[in-house]
Amino acid sequence: MSISITVNGKRHLLNVVADTPLLYVLRNDLQLNGPKFGCGEAQCGACTVMIDNDATRSCVFPVGAVGAAQVTTVEGIGKGEGLHALQKAFLAEQAAQCGYCSSGVLMTAKALLDRNPDPDRATIQRELAGHKCRCGAHNRIVRAIQRAAKESRG
Amino acid sequence: MNTVKLSRRAFGKLAGAVIATLSLAPFSAFAQSGPDLPVDLRANRRLDGWIRIDVEGTVTIFTGKVELGQGILTALSQIAADELDVDFARVRMISADTAHSPNEGYTFGSQSVEQGGEALRTAAANARAVLLAAASRQFNVPQSDLRVENGVILLADGRRTTYANIVRDAPELLAREVTTGVTPKRPSEYKLVGKSVPRIDLSAKFTGGAAFVQDMRLPNMLFGRVVRPPRYGAKLVSVNEASVRQLPGVVTVVRNGNFLGVVAEREEQAINARRALMEATKWSTDYVTLPDVDHLQQALPRWRSEETVVNDAGQDTPASGIAMQLEATYSRPYLSHASIGPSCSVALLKDGHMTVWSHTQGAFPLRGNLATVLEMPASAVDVVHVPGSGCYGHNGADDAALDAALLAREVAGRPVKLQWMRDDEFAWAPISPAMVMRVKAALSKDGRISGWNYDVWSNSHAMRPGQPGGVNLLAAWQLAKPFQPSPPPRIPQPYGNGDRNAVPVYDLPRRRVTNHLLLDAPIRTSSLRTLGAYGNVFAIESFMDELALATQADPVAFRLAHLSDPRAIAVVREAANRSGWHPGEKGDGQLGRGFAYSRYKNFQAYVAVVVDVHVDRSTGVVSVTNVTAAIDVGRVINPDGVKNQIEGGIVQALSWALKERVMFSHTEITTRSWQDYSILNFDEIPPIDVVLLDRPDEASLGAGECSLGPTAAALANAVANASGARLRDLPFVPATVLERLV
Repeated sequence: MSISITVNGKRHLLNVVADTPLLYVLRNDLQLNGPKFGCGEAQCGACTVMIDNDATRSCVFPVGAVGAAQVTTVEGIGKGEGLHALQKAFLAEQAAQCGYCSSGVLMTAKALLDRNPDPDRATIQRELAGHKCRCGAHNRIVRAIQRAAKESRG
Repeated sequence: MNTVKLSRRAFGKLAGAVIATLSLAPFSAFAQSGPDLPVDLRANRRLDGWIRIDVEGTVTIFTGKVELGQGILTALSQIAADELDVDFARVRMISADTAHSPNEGYTFGSQSVEQGGEALRTAAANARAVLLAAASRQFNVPQSDLRVENGVILLADGRRTTYANIVRDAPELLAREVTTGVTPKRPSEYKLVGKSVPRIDLSAKFTGGAAFVQDMRLPNMLFGRVVRPPRYGAKLVSVNEASVRQLPGVVTVVRNGNFLGVVAEREEQAINARRALMEATKWSTDYVTLPDVDHLQQALPRWRSEETVVNDAGQDTPASGIAMQLEATYSRPYLSHASIGPSCSVALLKDGHMTVWSHTQGAFPLRGNLATVLEMPASAVDVVHVPGSGCYGHNGADDAALDAALLAREVAGRPVKLQWMRDDEFAWAPISPAMVMRVKAALSKDGRISGWNYDVWSNSHAMRPGQPGGVNLLAAWQLAKPFQPSPPPRIPQPYGNGDRNAVPVYDLPRRRVTNHLLLDAPIRTSSLRTLGAYGNVFAIESFMDELALATQADPVAFRLAHLSDPRAIAVVREAANRSGWHPGEKGDGQLGRGFAYSRYKNFQAYVAVVVDVHVDRSTGVVSVTNVTAAIDVGRVINPDGVKNQIEGGIVQALSWALKERVMFSHTEITTRSWQDYSILNFDEIPPIDVVLLDRPDEASLGAGECSLGPTAAALANAVANASGARLRDLPFVPATVLERLV
């Protein structure tokens, strides 16, 4: 069965079963590293991508349900010289230790800033409630998101 | 894509294939003792085993230490670049790899900067001296007339050469032993050490670069999953393999004794096949009787144990002038590492050689155990470290490596990526053992501690691969021809096992500390960040607070009265000042603050912590509102790196202390998913203020573990200060707090 999805602005035709979780298609067929396997149960946030404007757990989202929506992973928000404000801010704040949760957190942060360009600390903390960080980089992550918001507003 | 390149390229700066232009004699051939060399150099004396410089001037550093998310490769790069006088950007790091790197054992115990860094500094100073000596001969000038700027050797008269030129003319120059005769730079000469250089690995982690073993993709790679028994002790009775082999994409089902796994073409196929295999398998009803999870405090001291008095002083002097005697018993539960990324490994058996890519903390010890279990010579097995998610100790990393190798063995020629599912990690990775700590003290009339008696009961916190007398790998115990686990080791003070930091850090002339190493381990245990120190410092520092209250002394003043080490006094004072500590301040029933101090392993970092809390008397919820920490880790290599480690340690300790415990029934671990194991959420993290007392002339001390024990104790002391309730049994979950708040 052939399925077509658009990821980071590029269309892909895939020969996969429709109920395959999007995560494995992104990681293995499209060779994207951003979304991570953490629990497979939508409990940790490591696999988060954006589907259109919504931060979504790709480990439980069937590839067949993507349809015409745009999928965005951390690879799609910026790289190399053209980093997204969030990626720059995460670097500036050194907002990670192991970095395994970072890509998912960045996608939830992107979805948040897209609809609320000036979130306060409490809003950011609430928004990240579905993400687990075991290294304890939380404060740096929240600071980085505030920094990115500020710099994006100019 | 080339395999080695892929795992290396993952790291941006840690780039480049290993070009083994020099044939190295086996490292063991140089394993002579050298009394003055840093310990990690003594068994790895070949200079070019640590440092190579190519004709482009790129410096490649080989380290046996590994990146666990703690930033160690950045810190080691700083040390090497500084000592060699080369730009940070010219340094490439090659981390633990049994084919290429020095054997530095494990990356654990907050020792990587202390030991790995010291070894690398000495090796780099040697390399610089050898290169300068060559330049000195070439120009016929004394070495004192030479200086180095970014790998360029400059003479006063304007002539110059480069490290690259020198190694082009003399490619074997670094093929020599490291000697003790070279003095590294003075701290005042450092340019990079002491600076907050950004982490070399984070860029890839924020942009979808290949940063983890989970991100490895090799040509023709297959995907593996394993099926574990439902509980400890259960044996595989039967399995309908044929039904699973028919599923889409399944390449093979691997069964060996009680070990069961599946290999498939696609990852989701492997996951589906695992599910089907679970349903197609019948396990025996055998089980290991597990203790009552709610009454570990009573149970542990009754278990079979080996008693060792680990510290004993002043017992021949009778205690006199005793005004008061106090006794209290504390406990902590079993804890999970709870890594965000379940353990993963890639293995490839090709032409009789097994290569295993793993996020192990000890590539060399793991290689030895893998060779034993696979019945291959160690020379036919290589382990290459590739980072995984943060591990905080001995999680499932090594077990996953053996699982991957056992699957790869059945599909020779094709690599297999094996990842554990969430429930594999929670139920089968080693767990940090529960502990009971009992302390008795006598107070003299002048308010000083005149006697101290301490007992700690715990299973072993060290059950890693490579320990003698067995094999500490999960699948090895499940095979048809099973291996036995190693016996629990006795680790002497000041390192300690369950007794790490059981010896008080105060001036106590009359004291006795007894370690009760529990010999029967119904739950599989091993190392979690700090080993026993988290429990012991929690108990000792809680009790110090209880003693201070009993003598109506301020907790800070009471500690200072029992300290004489100026560095200890300095961190205690700094934490008190910085937090605005008011002596004798009482909590108001809901708000309060607590203090704690310790020195990690009694000889490493000094840490003082102040925790502010709010205790909700109607719900029992303890919220931490602020944390202040003062730290002395000697010479700081990377201040922001140290702060990151301290902040992370504080958050993790608060999470352990407020929320975490592994749950089990009488027959099985019931913590299987995140729903069963809460950790601190984003909205529960307090502001954290860390101040570093830099001591550039003192040796560097590890920063990864020192903050956890003091944080838990300061939290307990804050709850007592706020509410009057003294909580002695971790964790402080709302139900427990409510019970104590009457």
